[in-house]
Amino acid sequence: MKKSTRPATYGLMAEFDDPSAVVAAAQKVYDEGYRSIDAYSPYPIEALSEAIGVHSTRMPLLVLIGGILGLIGGYAMQYYTHAIDYPIIVGGRPFHSWPSFIPITFETTVLGASLAAVFGMLALNGLPEPYHPVFNTPNFALASRDRFFIVIEAVDPKFDRDATAEFLRGLGSREVIDVEH
Amino acid sequence: MQRVTNPHDDVAIHRTSPPVIEPGHTFGSVTDKISALTLRRRTPIGWYIGFTLSFMVAGMLMMTIAYLVMTGIGIWGNNVPVGWAFDIINFVWWIGIGHAGTLISAILLLLRQEWRTSINRFAEAMTLFAVASAGLFPLLHTGRPWLAYWLLPYPNTMGMWPQFRSPLMWDVFAVSTYATVSALFWYVGLIPDFATLRDRAKNRVFQIIYGMLALGWRGSARHWARYEATYLLLAGLATPLVLSVHTIVSLDFAVSVIPGWHATIFPPYFVAGAIYAGFAMVLTLTIPLRRFYGLEDFITVRHLRNMAKIMLATGLIVAYGYMTEAFMAWYSANTYEEYMILNRMRGPYAWAYWSLIFCNVIVPQLLWVKRVRHSTVALFLISLVVSVGMWLERFVILVTSLHRDFLVSSWGMYSPTVFDWSMFIGTIGLFFTLLFLFIRFLPIISIFEMRTLVPQAQAQINEEKGQA
Repeated sequence: MKKSTRPATYGLMAEFDDPSAVVAAAQKVYDEGYRSIDAYSPYPIEALSEAIGVHSTRMPLLVLIGGILGLIGGYAMQYYTHAIDYPIIVGGRPFHSWPSFIPITFETTVLGASLAAVFGMLALNGLPEPYHPVFNTPNFALASRDRFFIVIEAVDPKFDRDATAEFLRGLGSREVIDVEH
Repeated sequence: MQRVTNPHDDVAIHRTSPPVIEPGHTFGSVTDKISALTLRRRTPIGWYIGFTLSFMVAGMLMMTIAYLVMTGIGIWGNNVPVGWAFDIINFVWWIGIGHAGTLISAILLLLRQEWRTSINRFAEAMTLFAVASAGLFPLLHTGRPWLAYWLLPYPNTMGMWPQFRSPLMWDVFAVSTYATVSALFWYVGLIPDFATLRDRAKNRVFQIIYGMLALGWRGSARHWARYEATYLLLAGLATPLVLSVHTIVSLDFAVSVIPGWHATIFPPYFVAGAIYAGFAMVLTLTIPLRRFYGLEDFITVRHLRNMAKIMLATGLIVAYGYMTEAFMAWYSANTYEEYMILNRMRGPYAWAYWSLIFCNVIVPQLLWVKRVRHSTVALFLISLVVSVGMWLERFVILVTSLHRDFLVSSWGMYSPTVFDWSMFIGTIGLFFTLLFLFIRFLPIISIFEMRTLVPQAQAQINEEKGQA
């Protein structure tokens, strides 16, 4: 998102105090053609992420890949140790005694998938991210309490300091302010 | 996705049931009330007393462990023929207690039971602390805990590998995976609440600590979308995991040939027992907690009643397990199996068997009565009885099977030593120490999930449903 010519501000932020209002406003912002936008809410609202154009996450695919790696890794570990590197007969079972390998394979599958889920989510969200411009606005601490925010970034091609602010005010927000870098 | 039930069902439920959140709450009031427990309210004197007592008992555990490591596991009462005793009884008991936490947080989430929201955080914490207590027993039972890493497969100069065909190795992987996934699930759930605490804290030190734990969470809708997907996927993964963990724990027994252990009923019977014991523990802990911290608005009668019903249902499954054990002993026409069950009922440990039947089968039948389900005192007492009963169940399974198996010449008796008891009671101290720290420093109810139950949030969701 970084451009060589950095805009004067990060963008404009509109504040709302009702979930239905913010969803409706976000939809209008998206319909107006803005794309470098984000919305902030104190709890997950599916309609809000839909409104700003987030229709799918890559999480299921990541988790599937993590699970498959865990499955192959777990089984290969047992096969390698018991059938190749250190073959030893235990309980009269063959070296490659696959039924005994299932429980651990299951556990490593779940482990791989879960690690992929959590660390994949954090990575795609760009967390941990100690600094972000939105924290510079005075009311943003309420985003974790009872307020809802929409931000249009200055890098958006349609962004115009005055026209965009006017547009946001028309959406029923409490307040529209500049977000400093 | 929104974690609520179909709004139409909801109306029907509310007509007959107490609500999951008392009326009149808003986003702000929910946030303030729960975060105030951590940030604003003065630490109650009862907390100091409880923490001090728990920590003293945990100190007893530390002294026992020190003596155990210096001397060896001979200080415990287990010896041939009862080679497994308190160490495994307590391990299975604690792991089982932990399972209710995962059940509440994962399975009830998938089943869209919105009432889980106010108890899941607490139940997940209980899971973690119970698993920590459980893990100590097999670790120390190895005798040389400083070499416990030998259980992990790593290339070593001895040129050897762990024996993966053994259920004990399955246990290592099951329990370590379970501990890892439970911790991740818990932490992921806490991230948005850490952000709330960061934004509400007035003390600079707390702002920094909670800020670091929140990882810079800002509630972005793009983040929430991935977050919700992850949370749901983790719940989907934790559900089979929790069933597999107790299945594998039961295989420690069922894969052997000892009379009374070698039974196919073991996995489902153990899983049901684990959920039973776990819900008993959740009730034991939440009933005093909601009273002392004034959380009756959030943990309502509906929660207690639902948990009582789950306890009753799983208790009946466990009772069925006991009946199957007795039936299979007779139906197998195997002398050793027949003797095993008769010895349980009439042998030297008959007191334990009949106490367990009393605690786990007879007393919980009171839960059929609506008045009992709605009485916090009665529920508290019944849940304590069930916790004792489930401990006795593991005692009976372990000790009666081992003390008289195939050869009369190798029969013997088992009795725990003072160090068995100090270790067991010590882990209870450890558990409560961790729990008290959790209550003091972390939000005990998931704040962001409680916001989704507020009328304003429900209105937005219903509006959405109306358009669709």
